[in-house]
Amino acid sequence: MSALIFSLFIFVLACFIGFELISKVPPTLHTPLMSGANAISGITIVGALIVAGHSGVDSQTSQIIGFVAIVFATINVVGGFMVTDRMLEMFKKKEDDQ
Amino acid sequence: MSQFLPEAILPYLPDTIQIIYLVATFFFIRGLKLLNSPATARKGNQFAALGMFIGIVVTLFDQQIVSFEWIIGGVLIGGLIGAVLAKKVAMTAMPELVAVFNGFGGGASALVAWGEFSRLVDPTTMTPDSLVTTGLGVFIGALTFTGSFIAFGKLKGFISGNAITFPGLNVINIGSMIAVLVLIGIFTFDPTNQTIFWIILGLSLLIGITSVIPIGGADMPVVISLLNSYSGIAASMAGFVIGNNLLIISGALVGAAGLILTNIMCKAMNRSLTNVIFGAFGGDSGGAGAGEDGDKTVRETSAEDLAIQVAYASKVVIAPGYGLAVAQAQHVLKEVAQKLEERGVQVKYGIHPVAGRMPGHMNVLLAEADVPYDQLLDMDQINPEFKTTDVVLVIGANDVVNPVAKTEPGSPIYGMPILNVDDAKRTVVFKRSLSPGYAGIDNPLFYAEKNQMFFGDAKKSLQALNEALNDV
Repeated sequence: MSALIFSLFIFVLACFIGFELISKVPPTLHTPLMSGANAISGITIVGALIVAGHSGVDSQTSQIIGFVAIVFATINVVGGFMVTDRMLEMFKKKEDDQ
Repeated sequence: MSQFLPEAILPYLPDTIQIIYLVATFFFIRGLKLLNSPATARKGNQFAALGMFIGIVVTLFDQQIVSFEWIIGGVLIGGLIGAVLAKKVAMTAMPELVAVFNGFGGGASALVAWGEFSRLVDPTTMTPDSLVTTGLGVFIGALTFTGSFIAFGKLKGFISGNAITFPGLNVINIGSMIAVLVLIGIFTFDPTNQTIFWIILGLSLLIGITSVIPIGGADMPVVISLLNSYSGIAASMAGFVIGNNLLIISGALVGAAGLILTNIMCKAMNRSLTNVIFGAFGGDSGGAGAGEDGDKTVRETSAEDLAIQVAYASKVVIAPGYGLAVAQAQHVLKEVAQKLEERGVQVKYGIHPVAGRMPGHMNVLLAEADVPYDQLLDMDQINPEFKTTDVVLVIGANDVVNPVAKTEPGSPIYGMPILNVDDAKRTVVFKRSLSPGYAGIDNPLFYAEKNQMFFGDAKKSLQALNEALNDV
């Protein structure tokens, strides 16, 4: 089995898990869900780290590309998780529970 | 950072990294699971953030990574920008912020695919597998990047919220997408031809612009959900390119989330996704169908009169719309609700799925005003309750309470699920004027016998009501 096929299996199964997990989220939480999921998509930073930190022939170009990718992905990750936390912090039950 | 590890461990390093990636995956899935309830959601988000942290730290031990200047610089700059944006943003501007973050995420994925391609000096050593995914990663990532920023511009008002379109644009868009896919095919067989790569990148960036430009401002929430899904798929593609399961799985989770939310938004607006993307609807078309003004009469109410009605009611439901947030009236509303509760009136909020500017936006805005989430009821929960409701306060909402959606098959919003406020004994609409809402459709609720209009700015009206309640 080629690597691509193997990865495809993982991809499809993960999609199913995603559908299962998220279809149960109540509408109240849809905005934080969107921004939280958004932050998770910043996982691409892992790829950016490898591109920016490797060495090789002509590493200059790809290191710069990797650097920009890291900046973008980190904005996505840090900003996404922080703003989601800020929102969820506001969700409270009735006063007497606090 | 692998150079800091003892020599003996190195042979086991790649597998160890993979196993720790599995741990990170666990945190992501567990985190999303905890997002299922408002009580645990915050912990869920923190779980996911922890997963991300683990993923990033363990990647730094990858033996391919030898230099850290770029990495440290990039993380510091990106982290600072992200943190400032997250701290500063007003809750009403959440859709814009999500669009921006989305754009950066998509852009990063495209760059990863591009960087991976450029660091292998001789692309012929790349397998067709990774060439296909490189092409797709660049395509989806780049179109998410430009598309998100166009959506941001539309939400922010830099770019006209109207549907900007011309005949044949859809054909051009579909044509360009097919062209990109064909080029990716060619690229797979002849990766040495750099020109093809540049055309794929350029065309993808262009498609992002031309496919979002024709969509009206009112449909932007759907577009953002969809782009959110794309940014996940782009991350997955980047994962295919570098052969990293953590990216593939997390990207797929996000892709699924975006798709579900897109679907929910479409249903709540009674539109199909194809209609949103190709329909060019939802600008400030204004006035359509506002004919037959005839001699319909409107009953007006005052703060004092309304104060008496709600103070002696046994159950009051509030149906808020985005107009409430525009007027910044959430806090006064909460005070009014509190006063009523102290009098023993049962107060609930009925939230339509598209109240606000993105799915669930109204809940965040009310949570910000300290309204407890157990008072916020979804459309399906609140609809059966209207029959036993004495007064419904419709504040800054219009289309989502328009009974035309149930009664007039010819109406553009016919079939859209609405809050059945007309089942209640009395409705009071807080509004500046009788002008139609986003969809540009006249609302017969305003003229109904059971309805009273409370004209004026939502915040001022609520302040007046709040004061009048002191004297009841």
